[in-house]
Amino acid sequence: MTLRSRSHWTRVVSRGLFSLCIGAAVPAVARAAGYVSIAAGEFASVLAGDTEVKPSSVPAFAMRTSPVTNREFLEFVKRNQGWARGRVSRVLADTQYLNHWRTPRELGDAALADQPVINVSWFAAQAFCEAEGAGGRLPSWLEWERVAAADTTHTDARPNPAWRAEILRWYSTATSVTLANTGGTANVYGIQDMHGLIWEWVDDFNALLVAADSRSQGDPDKLQFCGAGAISLKDRDNYAVLMRIALLSSLKAVDTTRNLGFRCVIPVSKGPK
Amino acid sequence: MKTLRAFISLAATVLLVCVHAATAAPATARIPGDFGPPQGKPIKAVLTSPPHVPPAITRKYPAKVIVELEVVEKEMQISEGVSYLFWTFGGTVPGSFIRVRQGDTVEFHLKNHPSSKMPHNIDLHGVTGPGGGATSSFTAPGHESQFTFKALNEGIYVYHCATAPVGMHVANGMYGLILVEPPGGMAKVDHEFYVMQGDFYTVGKYREKGLQAFDMEKAIDERPTYVLFNGAEGALTGDKALTAKTNQKVRMFVGNGGPNLVSSFHVIGEIFDNVRYEGGSNVQHNVQTTLIPAGGAAVVEFRTEVPGSYVLVDHSIFRAFNKGALAILKVDGPENKAIYSGKELDAVYLGDRAQPNLSAVTTATAAAAKGNLTQQEQINAGKVLFTGTCSVCHQANGEGLAGVFPPLAKSDYLAGDVKRVIASVLHGLSGKVTVNGKEYNSVMPPMNQLNNDEVANILTYVYNTWGNPGGRVTSDEVKAVRAQPPVARRAEH
Repeated sequence: MTLRSRSHWTRVVSRGLFSLCIGAAVPAVARAAGYVSIAAGEFASVLAGDTEVKPSSVPAFAMRTSPVTNREFLEFVKRNQGWARGRVSRVLADTQYLNHWRTPRELGDAALADQPVINVSWFAAQAFCEAEGAGGRLPSWLEWERVAAADTTHTDARPNPAWRAEILRWYSTATSVTLANTGGTANVYGIQDMHGLIWEWVDDFNALLVAADSRSQGDPDKLQFCGAGAISLKDRDNYAVLMRIALLSSLKAVDTTRNLGFRCVIPVSKGPK
Repeated sequence: MKTLRAFISLAATVLLVCVHAATAAPATARIPGDFGPPQGKPIKAVLTSPPHVPPAITRKYPAKVIVELEVVEKEMQISEGVSYLFWTFGGTVPGSFIRVRQGDTVEFHLKNHPSSKMPHNIDLHGVTGPGGGATSSFTAPGHESQFTFKALNEGIYVYHCATAPVGMHVANGMYGLILVEPPGGMAKVDHEFYVMQGDFYTVGKYREKGLQAFDMEKAIDERPTYVLFNGAEGALTGDKALTAKTNQKVRMFVGNGGPNLVSSFHVIGEIFDNVRYEGGSNVQHNVQTTLIPAGGAAVVEFRTEVPGSYVLVDHSIFRAFNKGALAILKVDGPENKAIYSGKELDAVYLGDRAQPNLSAVTTATAAAAKGNLTQQEQINAGKVLFTGTCSVCHQANGEGLAGVFPPLAKSDYLAGDVKRVIASVLHGLSGKVTVNGKEYNSVMPPMNQLNNDEVANILTYVYNTWGNPGGRVTSDEVKAVRAQPPVARRAEH
C-alpha cells in the first residue's frame, strides 16, 4: 500500500461511515437480516496481478450483515416450494443440496436455525437473493473481497498479519468441528462472518478463472492469475484470499458443499446525496 | 554375487523389454514395454497405506486399471501431543501407494471428500500429458473427477496436489508414490517398504503442543519445523518400526514430497547394494547415501546380514535428530560374528598419561619439593612424561620419523647447546634444522603446557637414553630459558 492510496482510503472510510448511518434507510421487503450500505470506492483486488494496475472502482451497494441462516433459508423454501430438496431440478442443484436438513421442510438436529445455510447451489443462492427484493443478488467477487478486506478498525486490513492469521486459522481446522452460528464480531462496516465460518458464493464465481492446474502461469493463454499462489499475485501474502478464489473456481453453479453458503447484496441506486 | 545376480535379472528385464517392443504397435515402437489396447477385464488397483506396498503384479499383459483415490483433510498427530490438519490422498501422509504395470491404461478417479474445505487435484509424475493429470482433476469438495492415462514409462514416481497455493497443498502432506512396474516385473525380494520424506511448517515451535497451524512465512523461507518420514514423528519407530529378519532382501521405495528440502537418504549401518537413483533405470551399487530430490524418488535395495536396529535418516543430520527425520528398521535373527562382532572389549581408557607408573612423576615431584631429587628419579619421571607427550612424533624409541620428525637417539643436536634444546621444547621449532647430517623442515609446537620440572625430567631422560651424552637438566635451567623471549632462536639454525 502506498501512502497515496492510504490517504485515499481514509476518505473512503469517512464516506463509508456516513453511508453506514443511512444504511438503515434501505427499504426492507421481507428480509430478516439487516443490510448496511457500503459507499462507492476504489479497491485493489488480489486479482489485479503483478503489474501496477489502477484500483477498480466499486459502485455503492448494501450487504447483508451476516450469511443467510438455515432458518432464513427454510422460510424461503416454504414460500418457494420449487426450491425444496427433492423438488428442485438437478440442473439447479446437485444431489447433496440441503442434505443436512432432516426433511425438505424441517431442519432437524444437524442444522441449527442460526447456523449459516450450507449445501446450497449458486442457483438456489441467487434465487434467495432475488426473493429479497429491491434488486437483491449475490455480491460480485470484487464487492465481497472489498468488504472482506476489513477488520474491526480498518477498511483495508490486508497488510496486517493478524488479519491474515485469522483467515488461516480457519483453514487449519477440520470441518468436523461443529459449524458456529452466525453473528461473529462485526468488521468496521458492521458486517459479520466474512472469514472463519464458511465459504460464500459470489455472483461471478465462474469468472474467477483459476486454471485447473494452478501452475500454468507461463502459458500463452494464461488466465487472470494462478501462479502457485505467489508469482502472479500482487502480494504473495494474499494467498489466504487466493485459496477462497481457488475454491470458488473449482465449482459449477449446481454444486453444493458442506462449507459453502452465501449472503446477498442490494444495489444502492445513486444513494442519498 | 549379489551384484552379479542383480545384473543378470536386469539383463533379463532388458531382454524381455526388447521382446515386448518387437510386438508393440508401430506408433509406440520406440518406447519399451507393451502398449497394445488394454486386455481382459478392468482391474481395481489395490492401494496401500504407508509403509505397505501393494503386491507385485504378476500379470503378463496390459490391462485397464481403475484407481480410486480419495482426498481427505484430517487432523492427525504430527508429533507426541501435537496435531496438524493434514490434507491427504487416501487419509495418510504420504498418500496411498499405487502400483500399475507399464503399458496399463489407468482410469483415475479423484474423489474429494465432502468434509474438505479445499478443492484439490493430482499431478502424477508418471503421467505423460498436461499437468500430469492436474488439468483434468481439479475437484471441488464433495465431488469426483475422472481421467485416463497410459503408463508409458516404467519407474517409481511421485504424485502430488497441484492446486494453488501448490506449496501449501504439498506442505500439508499431499503427495505419494506410484510405481509403474516394468512388464517383466521386479526381482523378488522378501520385503517391500514405502517410505516418504516431507518437510512441515507449523506456527508453533518443534514439539509445541496442541493443534498447530501451517506457517506460510516459514515455508517460503524454507525453515521447516519438522522433517519427517511418513508424516509424523514416530511413524516408523517403536511399535511401528519396519521389521525384517536377517538374510533377507529388503527393497524400499523412498520418495521425497518436499515441498522444499532435498533428502540425503541414509540407513545407518547398511550399504545399499542397489539404488535406482532418481527412480530412473540406472542402477548404482554400494551406495552409502543417496540424494532424493523434492518431487523425486529412489528404489534402494539391500540384504540384511546382522540383527539390530537400523536407523533411516536424512543425513543432513540435524533434520534427523532435531526435526524428526528418523525411522527404524528392526532386523531380527541370529548374530553373525564373522560380519560384525558386536562389542568385544569394554575397558577403561585413561590415555597415555594415566599409566600406573605415573607414580614415578609423583615421586620426582615430591623429591624436588624436598630438594633431594636424584638423577634416576628424574629419568624415571621423564620416561613416563616422554611417552605421554613426545613419543607421538619422536617415537618411543627416539628414532623419530625419517624426513619428518628428527631423531632424539644419538642426536648431535642434543649434544650441542642445552639451552637451545630447552628453548626448542618450550617455544617450539619451525623451519629447517639439521640433525645427524639430515635436514628436517617441519613444525614442532611449543610445549609450554609442561612445567619446568616436567621439561627438566623429560630432557634428563632423553640425555640418558639412546646413546646420548648423559647428564642432568635442572628445573632452574628450564626456568631461566623460559624467562627469555624466543626471538633469536631461529637465527641459530
